[in-house]
Amino acid sequence: MYRIEINNLTKYYGDNLVLNNVSLKVKNHEVVCLIGSSGSGKSTLLRCVNDLVPFNEGDIKLDGVSIHDSSFSANELYKRIGIVFQAYNLFPHMTVINNITLAPRKVHRTSRSESEEYAEELLGLFGLGDFANSYPEQLSGGQQQRVAIIRAMANRPDVLMLDEVTAALDPELIGDVLSVIKDLRKKGMTMLIVTHEMSFARSVSDRVCFLDGGSIIEEASPEKLFSKPENPRTQQFLQRIIEAGRL
Amino acid sequence: MNLKRPAPHKRSGRALSAREKYIPTAISVVTVLAVVFILRAVITSSGQWPRIKAQFFSMDAIIEVFPKVLKGFGVNMTVWIISLVVIAVWALLLAVFRSLHGPWFAPLRIFSIIYIDLFRGLPSLLLVLLFGFGIPALQIPGLPRSSLFWGASAMIMSYSAYASEVYRSGIDAVHDGQRSAAKALGLTQWQTLFHCILPQAVRNVLPSLLNLAVALQKDVALLSVLGVRDAVREAQIYTARTFNYSSLIAAAALFLAVTIPMARFTDYITKRDRQRRLQGAS
Repeated sequence: MYRIEINNLTKYYGDNLVLNNVSLKVKNHEVVCLIGSSGSGKSTLLRCVNDLVPFNEGDIKLDGVSIHDSSFSANELYKRIGIVFQAYNLFPHMTVINNITLAPRKVHRTSRSESEEYAEELLGLFGLGDFANSYPEQLSGGQQQRVAIIRAMANRPDVLMLDEVTAALDPELIGDVLSVIKDLRKKGMTMLIVTHEMSFARSVSDRVCFLDGGSIIEEASPEKLFSKPENPRTQQFLQRIIEAGRL
Repeated sequence: MNLKRPAPHKRSGRALSAREKYIPTAISVVTVLAVVFILRAVITSSGQWPRIKAQFFSMDAIIEVFPKVLKGFGVNMTVWIISLVVIAVWALLLAVFRSLHGPWFAPLRIFSIIYIDLFRGLPSLLLVLLFGFGIPALQIPGLPRSSLFWGASAMIMSYSAYASEVYRSGIDAVHDGQRSAAKALGLTQWQTLFHCILPQAVRNVLPSLLNLAVALQKDVALLSVLGVRDAVREAQIYTARTFNYSSLIAAAALFLAVTIPMARFTDYITKRDRQRRLQGAS
């Protein structure tokens, strides 16, 4: 059985076709990277998977059960599939620890002491132990993004989705965030990652999907996709990335 | 050729000499004092000045009327503070109604829109007269008949419509990503509102709300048209009896004693808010 199974997903924004018959299967403990130029539908695909945006046709299953099945309350789905955004979206009026424990306390009814204990464990694990009582704006972008990842992890999700989490960061801050993600991979986290960091995608993923015009054009192991891409459009995309010096 | 050059920083450049520092200040002080003295001389030397002084600035009259005006002013302040609390809550509720999504909440949304259109579109004075005289005249059993109560209610109704729009602008100004983040964490619409959106929204609009509070403090005086014995009414009663307007000046001084510190406090909050934003942006 697959952890996530996306079958023939089609989505329009108005008359605009954003996702065209996309199918993708992700096994447990697998890390899948989605690459492609802006507007190719990568982020929309993630947002469909945890029901942040509705889709028109097709089906998404989590552990074999459709995400629209009545046995899934919205909370249950959000608890099991975490997502981290490009712009961190931390709550600016709450301390780091409150940002992290808000959902466990309010949504999952975990006691404050228990959720804080777990939050502090995660903070310590990712080198942010000293910042539990800081406010987001007192942190660097890289630290904020790591807090956002911890916030998603605090729900103990089965799947973590990362939507261009390093796109807004200074180059020297990207490394810390990427190493957090590599740690999560070692711990066996199932992840669906949208990224523009090709060398990162190459080293962290089990599979890479290249999206273009709302479809998965090519899906292969990172070694194969980055060194011997078959589709001419994938070749063209990677050629441009190499010319820009980003691979 | 590159014509761009860095803008001079306010605190950069060479240190000012003592002369450069103090001469502008000295010139300003001398000029202001000169103008004050000239105006004073012109006003007090005019033939009308004793009459003006007796009419508006009679110390005897002010001392005589002050206790009554002060007592009336107590009514103003009480009405003001109670109204502030009720408006803060009621207006927030209206703004929340208006920002709710989904067909279930359509009645609340529509109610809020109609309410705001209605009460923001009518003059406060008209509402005060309508409520303050109209409702007690109905003599409905079980309803309070005090003009003060209904007049204050009218002020609350009217100002809530404005305050609600201020809150709404604050809610709209909270970045959409905050809602997405809250939703993705599994928070319900209500939890998102209470834990994520409203705290940020209120912080966004606190300076504007304080500004409304200053305006309300003065407009409470509208209740004097109902015969409520507030500061303005007490002053008018004295004026009607003695044809001396010093009592109104006494009331004016009391209003300023509250509104000016309040305005400074608003400035302070606004400045702090701006600094916080600049800090957050850098």
